[in-house]
Amino acid sequence: MKIAVCIKRVPVMEVKFAIGKDGASVDETGLKYDVNDFDLWAVEAALQLNEKNAPGEVTVVSLGPDAAAEQLRKALSMGADRAVLLKADKQPPDGLAVAEALAAELRGGNYDVIFFGKKAIDSDAQTVGPMVAELLDLPCVTSVFKLDIAGGKGTAQRALEGATETVEFPLPAVITVDEGLNKERLPSLKGIMAAKKKPMETKPAQIGTAGVTMAKMELPPERGAGRIVGQGAAAVPELVKLLQTEAKVI
Amino acid sequence: MANVFAYVETRGGEGRKAGLEAVSAARLLADQTGGGEVHALVAGAPGIAGQSARLAEVGADVVLVVEHAALAHYNPEAIAATVAARITSGGYRAAVFSATSQGKDLSPRVAAKLRAPLAPDAVALAVDGDAIVVRHPMYTGKIIGSLKITASPALLSIRLGAIPVTPNAKAGRMEQVQPATDPAAARVKVTQVVEGNTGKVDLGEAPVIVAGGRGLKSADNFKLVEQLADSFGNAAVGATRAVTDEGWRPHSEQIGQTGRVVSPELYVAVGISGAIQHLAGMRTSKTIVAINKDKEAPIFKVADYGIVGDVFEVVPALAEAVKQAKANG
Ligand SMILES: Cc1cc2nc3c(=O)[nH]c(=O)nc-3n(C[C@H](O)[C@H](O)[C@H](O)COP(=O)(O)OP(=O)(O)OC[C@H]3O[C@@H](n4cnc5c(N)ncnc54)[C@H](O)[C@@H]3O)c2cc1C
Ligand SMILES: Nc1ncnc2c1ncn2[C@@H]1O[C@H](COP(=O)(O)O)[C@@H](O)[C@H]1O
Repeated sequence: MKIAVCIKRVPVMEVKFAIGKDGASVDETGLKYDVNDFDLWAVEAALQLNEKNAPGEVTVVSLGPDAAAEQLRKALSMGADRAVLLKADKQPPDGLAVAEALAAELRGGNYDVIFFGKKAIDSDAQTVGPMVAELLDLPCVTSVFKLDIAGGKGTAQRALEGATETVEFPLPAVITVDEGLNKERLPSLKGIMAAKKKPMETKPAQIGTAGVTMAKMELPPERGAGRIVGQGAAAVPELVKLLQTEAKVI
Repeated sequence: MANVFAYVETRGGEGRKAGLEAVSAARLLADQTGGGEVHALVAGAPGIAGQSARLAEVGADVVLVVEHAALAHYNPEAIAATVAARITSGGYRAAVFSATSQGKDLSPRVAAKLRAPLAPDAVALAVDGDAIVVRHPMYTGKIIGSLKITASPALLSIRLGAIPVTPNAKAGRMEQVQPATDPAAARVKVTQVVEGNTGKVDLGEAPVIVAGGRGLKSADNFKLVEQLADSFGNAAVGATRAVTDEGWRPHSEQIGQTGRVVSPELYVAVGISGAIQHLAGMRTSKTIVAINKDKEAPIFKVADYGIVGDVFEVVPALAEAVKQAKANG
């Protein structure tokens, strides 16, 4: 089987972000980066599928700056076979423009399955996967937490608000991965050594024209620390009173 | 003066609140861009036209009805093709979708078909000259972006609860629309929809959420959380990843960076430490209450009201007191 996975380099979120001088970007000073959470699960899904259907090949693709090679290397050390870096120093806040660049790379690759994360935790958009599927005219199932692929077709489950949907689809297909599908493996020492010799191709990203622009970025208002109403069950009457009279939520 | 399109989500032949919010958002945009019409499209098995009256009440001038037996479940390919065709022929200024599981699946497909810009997951909308600007939380809620679209049609999806449903009666002229592709021939087929927690409000729509963490210590003890939720009457139950990892609750109830993002009137965090990934999913709640035995727990830094104490003692007492307050109120 030929499988592709699109992975994004995203900042580690355990920091206090600052807005850049232009007022419409993130100040990157001091930020650390990793593979987007959902994309790690997408890589794991690809590796497991490939292991079940050997021989095969898993290609990881990332659009980003030179440094995104680190994230591709991580996927290679988990077990992916080859990597493609679509080089772009800036990414527009427009999923379609990014999707066009990824589709240009994936088109003609004859992949049986192309995996995406459900969403990138920086853009929090949840758009690129189904857009690429549409641009390539492939069947697509989004936000999958259970997946079964065999004999040229698949069954997937996805969560709706308060319900679960079961979906059937033929291959080739695009799948976007939700949490719960699997737990990603950690790169082994052997994997890390092997990754150094795996092929990584770099080419310029063919980003589409952006129809969505970032007019402004702001930090949300800080939540003022509240108060401790009291200790133990004795504090309950006071809490209920505050919820009624002050917060007016009961 | 331009018209605005709204996609109305349905499930099991019923309209959903998300759909009414989409129509309300479209109404807002139409009124702010010169008072054009709102055209609401609703798709489903024959009989779905019955939803029209409700859509007219909240501002639909025209209800576009797509009926086909193979649309009984959400049919991503046929609906995307039909919606895209209609947006093209209708010459709309904007098209509004819900930022729900269904809307987040549908809107990017339509955007790619039309090569049209899509601003996802809006919590607020504004018209600024000839541009539409939406506010969109990013970076796990730590940054709010203002996304701007000048071109027509501008596609946007709106977060559940972001736009209030307001009565604004319009004619709701019905118009039948044929599916643009044969729904029965779609490659991707929804074969089953299993409703969970029937009768319970969804996390995205619940005005009150009671969420439990590892402090509950077992799946069984979650009945305390459920009892507290029941005492409010209109509450949904949420959980942390520690809890869903343990299998005490399903992942669909997880709130946070990799789970649901919610913003209820009241969020009660029970036995939850307040890890940054959890805060990412609930920090915009209107009022936050925390119950934790550790007074240093980070959840107290975002809580409006805290009780330092044992959940096994405080939660039953709180459930009882809320029930009393409701009965007297
Ligand atoms: C990539 C990534 C994504 C993540 N995504 C999410 C996400 O979406 N959602 C999420 O929730 N987490 C997420 N996490 C996990 C997160 O980091 C925390 O581990 C998790 O939120 C902790 O859950 P908890 O508060 O239930 O457990 P703990 O951190 O163990 O806290 C339990 C709390 O209960 C209190 N307690 C214990 N016993 C009692 C008692 N008897 N009475 C009162 N209080 C008591 C303790 O004082 C403690 O504060 C993610 C982590 C990573 C790395
Ligand atoms: N720059 C990128 N490079 C590779 N994959 C990406 C990139 N941006 C987004 N993706 C993929 O698209 C998914 C959804 O991203 P988004 O639509 O931005 O939330 C991610 O989980 C990735 O799988």
